Amino acid sequence: MQRSGGAAMKRVFADLHLRLNVKDAAATLRAVSKVAKLGYHVIGVPLAAETHGDEIDKLRTVCGGVGVDFVSRIDLHPRSQADLTRQLRRLRRKFEVVCVACESKEVARQAAKDRRVDLLSFPLLDFRRRFFDRAEAELTRNGLAALEVDVKPLFVLEGPARVRLLSYLRRETSIAKSFGVPIVVSSGVSRELLLRKPREMAALSFPFGLDEVSALDAVSLSPVAIVGRNREKLGSGFVAPGIRVVKEGRDL
Amino acid sequence: MKRAKRRYLALQLDSDGAPSGKELIDAVWGAVTKLYGEHGASQTSLALIDYNVEKKTAVLRTSLSTLDLVRASLATITSVAGEEAAVHVTAVSGTIKALHQKIW
Repeated sequence: MQRSGGAAMKRVFADLHLRLNVKDAAATLRAVSKVAKLGYHVIGVPLAAETHGDEIDKLRTVCGGVGVDFVSRIDLHPRSQADLTRQLRRLRRKFEVVCVACESKEVARQAAKDRRVDLLSFPLLDFRRRFFDRAEAELTRNGLAALEVDVKPLFVLEGPARVRLLSYLRRETSIAKSFGVPIVVSSGVSRELLLRKPREMAALSFPFGLDEVSALDAVSLSPVAIVGRNREKLGSGFVAPGIRVVKEGRDL
Repeated sequence: MKRAKRRYLALQLDSDGAPSGKELIDAVWGAVTKLYGEHGASQTSLALIDYNVEKKTAVLRTSLSTLDLVRASLATITSVAGEEAAVHVTAVSGTIKALHQKIW
């Protein structure tokens, strides 16, 4: 999905966590138009598990109208390992991006191992339940998931709470980098005035230790790669990574 | 002594209110100080070069070595003079002349 603009490759920017009230069509159009104006090409919107396919298509059309690629996303909040497996079995093929909110160590470990999980997210305010340590990173490296960091708390928190969050994020991104786990920086915001340009989102990652290239990759390459990989898998001709049916015919 | 390199940032204020230049630069100083402390803020050499209240555009000067620090701080601004706001960076350049050429 990387666009080529003449000799230089132009980055495709994505925000995989935009909280929209999809029931309010006018507000959705306003927010999506703003996102397009800010320079995003791909947006992911968390939807309810029972969202119908035609509602997703309608959102895709609205986004397509302003030149933004819509990505359906589901946020899972499993209570146990078995619950996670059950939810993944039921919902994986319905949504393009699956994010697991890891609220217990048991769920975090299983989510890291499971190749159907795209994003791992940890509670932003409850620091004791941020389970992204070296063991988690090792498991994630063998799976396909990326560590998701929402920047919204950096806007709303102040003082010691923000200091503590930055400290945890610095530790976690350092672990993720050393184990080669991709990092995805998303907004996680619902209000238009909290939306930032992609390069501003990347700049918000500087305080927790990402350099410029890693920060830009976290808002472009990493999320776009997840979407591309899942779209290929959800396509009708998919057999295995790199293998797809291009033509079907009868045996001679 | 080595000459300090500077960068000029073109800013666009997104807000319902119309804050003054002083209120804008106060918000920028506040954001830098909150995120990087007084020591970090003292290294930025921040200055408001130009501000257009009607268009809500501004030109800010900073030192090259603290450009990332200032960009991160600008992104954390959520209010200016008590009004909900966002400050977007529209262009960055080494000279004011080149900055104006980039914007127009």
